Amino acid sequence: MELSGGEIVIQSLKDEGVEYVFGYPGGCVLHIYDAIFKQDDVKHVLVRHEQGATHAADGYARSSGKPGVVLVTSGPGATNAVTGIATAFMDSIPMIVITGQVSRPVIGTDAFQEVDTVGITRPCVKHNFLVKDVADIAETMKKAFYLATSGRPGPVVVDIPKDITDPTIKVPYQYPEEVVMRSYNPTVSGNIGQTRKAIKLIKKAKRPVIYSGGGVVLGEASAEFRQLCHTLNFPVTQTLMGLGAFPGTDPQFIGMLGMHGTYEANMSMHNSDLIIAIGARFDDRVTGKIADFCPHAKIIHIDVDPASISKTITVDVPIVGQVKPILLDMLAQIESLGETFDRGRIAEWWKQIDDWRAVDCMAYDMESGTIKPQYVIEQLYKVTNGEAFVTSDVGQHQMFAAQFYPFDQPRRWINSGGLGTMGFGLPAAMGVKFANPDADVACVTGEGSIQMCLQELSTMLQYDTPVKVVNLNNGYLGMVRQWQEFTYKSRYSHSYLEALPDFKKLAEAYGHVGMQITNKEDVEPALREAFALKDRTVFLDFLTDTEENVYPMIEAGKAHNDMVMAPSSKYKRVLA
Amino acid sequence: MSRQHIISVLLENEAGALSRVSGLFSARAYNIESLTVAPTQDPTLSRLTLVTVGSDETIEQIKKQLNKLIDVVKLIDLSESFSLERELALLKVKKSDVMVQKVESLGTETLACVSDETDDYLIIELSGEKVWLDEFLASIGDDVIEVVRTGVIGLSRGERSLTL
Ligand SMILES: Cc1cc2nc3c(=O)[nH]c(=O)nc-3n(C[C@H](O)[C@H](O)[C@H](O)COP(=O)(O)OP(=O)(O)OC[C@H]3O[C@@H](n4cnc5c(N)ncnc54)[C@H](O)[C@@H]3O)c2cc1C
Ligand SMILES: Cc1ncc(C[n+]2csc(CCOP(=O)(O)OP(=O)(O)O)c2C)c(N)n1
Ligand SMILES: [Mg+2]
Repeated sequence: MELSGGEIVIQSLKDEGVEYVFGYPGGCVLHIYDAIFKQDDVKHVLVRHEQGATHAADGYARSSGKPGVVLVTSGPGATNAVTGIATAFMDSIPMIVITGQVSRPVIGTDAFQEVDTVGITRPCVKHNFLVKDVADIAETMKKAFYLATSGRPGPVVVDIPKDITDPTIKVPYQYPEEVVMRSYNPTVSGNIGQTRKAIKLIKKAKRPVIYSGGGVVLGEASAEFRQLCHTLNFPVTQTLMGLGAFPGTDPQFIGMLGMHGTYEANMSMHNSDLIIAIGARFDDRVTGKIADFCPHAKIIHIDVDPASISKTITVDVPIVGQVKPILLDMLAQIESLGETFDRGRIAEWWKQIDDWRAVDCMAYDMESGTIKPQYVIEQLYKVTNGEAFVTSDVGQHQMFAAQFYPFDQPRRWINSGGLGTMGFGLPAAMGVKFANPDADVACVTGEGSIQMCLQELSTMLQYDTPVKVVNLNNGYLGMVRQWQEFTYKSRYSHSYLEALPDFKKLAEAYGHVGMQITNKEDVEPALREAFALKDRTVFLDFLTDTEENVYPMIEAGKAHNDMVMAPSSKYKRVLA
Repeated sequence: MSRQHIISVLLENEAGALSRVSGLFSARAYNIESLTVAPTQDPTLSRLTLVTVGSDETIEQIKKQLNKLIDVVKLIDLSESFSLERELALLKVKKSDVMVQKVESLGTETLACVSDETDDYLIIELSGEKVWLDEFLASIGDDVIEVVRTGVIGLSRGERSLTL
């Protein structure tokens, strides 16, 4: 088969089984767009901003496990995509971003819409390519997909000069069956000796904690992970990125850990004698003060990326490889021990944890006449039976969603953890809907964040991807305001959003349904009404309590046992 | 405790590969004292030698992060075993008998010679361990007009090698 470069790009996507490309056209990708026009296997979604394309592809990837694909033009198209690429990079999301580039002869001449895309994206991609020959496109695409989806996943940029997509230059096309890269051989199974060492520690542990993260979700190992947790009966805590891998409603789950984690999770970490870290990367929002992190514990760490191991916290038993085969190996070894790990084995530890639980660290003022953001999330949970896909933006609303919507399935909780990108939520929700057309999808957002990628409401109308936008409108850049309250004596420097739009009318102007909810009694009925409108996007603007804070909180640089608790809590500040 | 390490890297000989390495060092605020790179006898591979300083943990991270770069094929830390380390320098000085004598008196241990001579100037070529070069440079002090150094290269001694 003889194809032009533009056709090869699209044919490669077809051969990779790609359903959707999220993109935006421009001069340097016009040949590729013409190739898109001539087929309908690969469907193109025309976003309204390239950042939206990357977040939509990202939401598609996070909710489906398949790589997201983006197509943008050179120059401003590529630079607009950078935030979304960095977002995917920080959370290890598989994504292929095809960027147009100016024609080869003018590269380096400051040509119209030329930027050094490979240079700009280098620090925030797993890898990137500048393709220099039409004959190399297919193989490069194959490599891009392979790199993005294997090992520790991540975004890969393929920069393609316009002249090699010329429709008049055709070359033989064959999509490679496989690629071998001598410089890239990610580890799959773990070292048996290391798992044996881990099992020894597990046998001896008196105060163990399982601390898992996004790697369990990314590695499709939720089933094996649950089995291990249930076999061991150890308490389980998860990072913001891990939520859903283990059921949030399971009594063995002690909540999220870290900065806005639960009292019981953080206290368990601090007092533990064995941490089993699985697909988590000891992020600073999780560890708090490094010097005081888990002072009494030995640490086992399973991770596919050797560079995640002992990066900030030195561990005792590293196991490098994919979580799934390693967990299977551990399960087999545990079974052959012939020992039972029932709750009684660590009864004292569970008793202690239950005491910490009794503090009820997430209690909020339920009597308040105002709409508390936590209350909205609880109602959202109720109305969707806890089964919705929930995307979020960044801020207090994100933490409330993570705390008050217990996820029982992996890939249901879609948020930007590592980069913390405001503007992520709405386009991500659209991407989720493309991957899961029959599912309920909610986007929990704030009046600050939503305005960063609002334009995608238009795309959502065009492609009929109904999402329920739950805007927790507190009139503040709430998370910023909270920090200013705690550390700057309430000097609210530029964290108040004046001149907010009428979101109800705005939604209506975009052709969607808008609602504004000002009374607590209306919260649940409004949500019910919105979710009953199956085929409409509904923007629910909840005017919430303006100065509610997220609790508990470990302030920057503090240890796990130094938490600020809600004013309503029995414990004000805990230092145990 | 911080220590100097010499890390040798086999790198895909591709455009941009070097910038991935140098970008890594600046992005992660790692130290880089010198870096030298050239193609190997296999034209698809370059060999890069870099000298860095850091604690054991930092050096471990540097090696892991380097290995993580897709263009890095293989690396070794020369400082983990005995190795031979060399650097080459060219220096321009005002011509004088004293200077010529000084070079000649260095003897055979340091490879030093006058490699170029014009009416008023000499270029001295010097190779050897970095410390020898440092010492010689210090000894001629202000007499030197211009210096260029390659940065350290090295090979591990005996059987240990960095090959595919
Ligand atoms: C406002 C705000 C507040 C936050 N507060 C908190 C908080 O209180 N608590 C919290 O936990 N986070 C919080 N975060 C998120 C935080 O910044 C990090 O994103 C998060 O903690 C990282 O999660 P993780 O360790 O699971 O790592 P991820 O980023 O999910 O990384 C996954 C790890 O697993 C490895 N991995 C990937 N695939 C596999 C596989 N197949 N097999 C084995 N290993 C694999 C990767 O190499 C990596 O090391 C907050 C973020 C924001 C924006
Ligand atoms: C693109 C971007 N800019 C700035 C920030 C810093 N930031 C983090 S949370 C936040 C406030 C978000 O406000 P809003 O969306 O209203 O959410 P709230 O905290 O009020 O729930 C800001 C400005 C960010 N995370 N992302
Ligand atoms: Mg707000």
